[in-house]
Amino acid sequence: MSAHAHDHAEDHHDDHGHHHKETFVTKYIFSQDHKMISKQYLVTGLFMGMIGIAMSILFRMQLAWPDHQFTIYEILLGKWGEDGVMDPSVYLALVTIHGTIMVFFVLTAGLSGTFSNLLIPLQIGARDMASGFLNMISYWLFFLSSIIMLMSLFVEAGPASAGWTIYPPLSALPQAIPGSGTGMTLWLVSMAIFIASSLLGSLNYIVTVLNLRTKGMSMTRLPLTIWAFFITAVIGVVSFPVLLSAALMLIMDRSFGTSFFLSDIYIAGEVLHNQGGSPVLFEHLFWFLGHPEVYIVILPAMGLVSEIMATNARKPIFGYRAMVASILAIAFLSTIVWGHHMFISGMNPFLGSVFTFTTLLIAIPSAVKSFNWITTLWRGNLQMNTAMLFSIGFVSTFITGGLTGIILGDSALDINVHDTYFVVAHFHLVMGVSALYGLFAGVYHWFPKMFEGKLLNKNLGYIHFWVTVIGAYGVFFPMHFIGMAGLPRRYYTNTNFPYFDDLTDVNVVITIFAIITAAAQLVFLYNFISSMFFGKVGPKNPWNSTTLEWTAEVKHIHGNWDGPIPHVYRWSYDYSKLNKDESDYVIPGQDYIPQHMPLQENEEELNH
Amino acid sequence: MEATVVETGTEGKAWGGGNQPLRASYGKMMMWFFIVSDALTFSGFLASYGFSRFKFVDAWPIADEVFTHFPFLHGVDAPMYYVAFMTFILIFSSVTMVLAVDAGHKMQQKKVILYMFLTIIGGAIFVGSQAWEWKTFIKGDFGAVETKGGKILQFLDADGERVALRDFAIELPKTREIHEESNGLWFQKDGTQTTYNFEEVKAGFMADKSVLIRTQLKDEHGHHIVLSREASEAKLLNDGKLVVEGANLKHNEYGTPLFADFFFFITGFHGFHVFSGVLINCIIFFNVVIGTYERRGSYEMVEKVGLYWHFVDLVWVFVFTFFYLV
Repeated sequence: MSAHAHDHAEDHHDDHGHHHKETFVTKYIFSQDHKMISKQYLVTGLFMGMIGIAMSILFRMQLAWPDHQFTIYEILLGKWGEDGVMDPSVYLALVTIHGTIMVFFVLTAGLSGTFSNLLIPLQIGARDMASGFLNMISYWLFFLSSIIMLMSLFVEAGPASAGWTIYPPLSALPQAIPGSGTGMTLWLVSMAIFIASSLLGSLNYIVTVLNLRTKGMSMTRLPLTIWAFFITAVIGVVSFPVLLSAALMLIMDRSFGTSFFLSDIYIAGEVLHNQGGSPVLFEHLFWFLGHPEVYIVILPAMGLVSEIMATNARKPIFGYRAMVASILAIAFLSTIVWGHHMFISGMNPFLGSVFTFTTLLIAIPSAVKSFNWITTLWRGNLQMNTAMLFSIGFVSTFITGGLTGIILGDSALDINVHDTYFVVAHFHLVMGVSALYGLFAGVYHWFPKMFEGKLLNKNLGYIHFWVTVIGAYGVFFPMHFIGMAGLPRRYYTNTNFPYFDDLTDVNVVITIFAIITAAAQLVFLYNFISSMFFGKVGPKNPWNSTTLEWTAEVKHIHGNWDGPIPHVYRWSYDYSKLNKDESDYVIPGQDYIPQHMPLQENEEELNH
Repeated sequence: MEATVVETGTEGKAWGGGNQPLRASYGKMMMWFFIVSDALTFSGFLASYGFSRFKFVDAWPIADEVFTHFPFLHGVDAPMYYVAFMTFILIFSSVTMVLAVDAGHKMQQKKVILYMFLTIIGGAIFVGSQAWEWKTFIKGDFGAVETKGGKILQFLDADGERVALRDFAIELPKTREIHEESNGLWFQKDGTQTTYNFEEVKAGFMADKSVLIRTQLKDEHGHHIVLSREASEAKLLNDGKLVVEGANLKHNEYGTPLFADFFFFITGFHGFHVFSGVLINCIIFFNVVIGTYERRGSYEMVEKVGLYWHFVDLVWVFVFTFFYLV
């Protein structure tokens, strides 16, 4: 058996010598090539992202000008925007679907799906994923779940509206709100398929990293991107199945009359038979996924940023092993902190203090990472291209958002700002905006790898970055203050509370910033599409990077390398390495040594 | 690149790249990680079960009193005998699976065929037994009355033995009119009717002075609390609401309905796993029979489905422990 398995690994996808004639369908639709699947994930993710952002603009307009009539509501929302007045139930639906789409469809599938697929085989030196077929299935399940989620927008009673966390009993009882009917059913079906897709993807990422690294690519020579994708996949395998448990039990409660999460309910003049269940149980199950989920979102962005930052600072990443260790620590801690979402759920207050402790522990590896990024930049030869700018933006928002996390992670402090805009500001900065910056940085950096050497337009990129970074802070910084003032999240309008009248102007400012920021994304979209077809073709290794993907063929071929797969002789961060007498770089005139370069006579061997 | 003698510096290291550090093919590792993931789904269910059971620790039905039947042995009190038999069969099918994998390593096609076949038979017997177990649980045996507060009242005779509703309920003349779907503008189908309605049970109970009520609550020794005759009468007349026979997702004659909810849901989810395992085993079995793996020179597929099959058995050990034993 072992002999067989060995052969299998060696010869895996070694069919590059004899190309099959690919049809349009096998090349662009049911492709099993990781580079094409990565682009499919990216395009689907960006499309979903446009919808998610458009929804946020609609409900931000409602929040800023609650008494105003906008024809756009009538155009986009139909019967829920009659005479330009937004229906309260559709407000809730917009918030719910915005959250769902952004968290799962854009930042989970769009980010990790795109870059894990693109970079894992290319950076570890493999011809493709371990199973191209399962990889293809994974994408198409994701596509199917996206379609079902979008279909739910068009059902008669409207899409799911119980918030992206779908707490029962609101989500479990169709008679509770219109959104808990068919819309909720479709939401659950879509998520179940999404979980299957995520599982298949993650299995592939994990075994590919374990088994298909090229000769010499030891674990401590891996680029941090790969470490991040690998650990992200592991967290996904551990946490998504628990969401599946919760979703299946919720489906049973909704459709088959069980009482897992329901008890003692009197609704619409009727006493329901349900007894004994507990909605807090759902919260436990949900957040056992929900918290690791935010690390599923942020870890890939961290990996991308680490790689881009080292490349563009022309310095080795500071504290490589500490970076790896903190990824592992974050992954472990992420599974034991879920209770900090439930401080006011009625959970035992003692548990609250336990979860406070574990939550604050996460500050340690997060701080290690932040300091290491800053020290990587310190005295570096910074190349301020767009990918680098977004990476620096990532560190900025991650720190800003992370600091408020310390407040929210403490049960005594959290109670005061629970369910206010303070929370909204926190998680949007630390996982939403940060992860999006990671996504953008990745797209700017690896666009040439996706589209056969073409580069994104740099000047449009600068416009995109600066408007986005100012706009995003403009949106989320003021939110801290209105949150501290007590403004609750998920309210359709606050005009009934004179106490909040003073905050109206701040809400208008936020909305204006949101519209400007959203408009800036159109610049990116234009840049993306036009560069895809007419982009300037750059050199084979445009950023003078050390990693293996830049040694692969510019033109996409199945199998990545035309010749044999390069072997690896060093870690991926040999930037600005000096020779033994410190008179010049190891390779004179070139401040980086690609990983496939053997150890030179005139250099010292590092411990990698 | 092959011609070069330059060393990568990781030669001989297990994690140095260009090899399989865990000495397992990607397919086998995928199965392992899938098992990790599936195990967490089951953990979610079992943790929820524990959460709910502790919430009702003083009213949770005693498994010894619920699963007392054995096929073809009517009226025999055989607590857990049948589920023990089922468990034995399933674990034995794991043994035959091990033998099949072993025979595969030795490339003995005939033996693989035999042991795969026995494994499939074992799985099929288990799924069938599960269906019988469900049927018996759904049908119930003694029947009970549910109170307005959703609690269960069971009945004992003078000797303190459980007594079935049919043994004391009195049939009253029924004036129940049955409507047909064909002659109505608006037709809603009736739910299943119990054999006796509440009035009949009440009449029978009042007529037979020896019958006592046992509540679902347990005392400090774990025994259900039995009411005196006076208290029993008062309880039935004031709180009784409807008759429950057997168990389903809404009512459960054995006690709190969550017991039945979790029983159906978790054993159902596990049964679905066994069922799909049997299907996958059948596919692999036919591949073995037509010699696919003989030609491929490796029976690794048998090993992979073997992993899944052992996992499903292991999950049953936990389900069995938590539902039947503790």
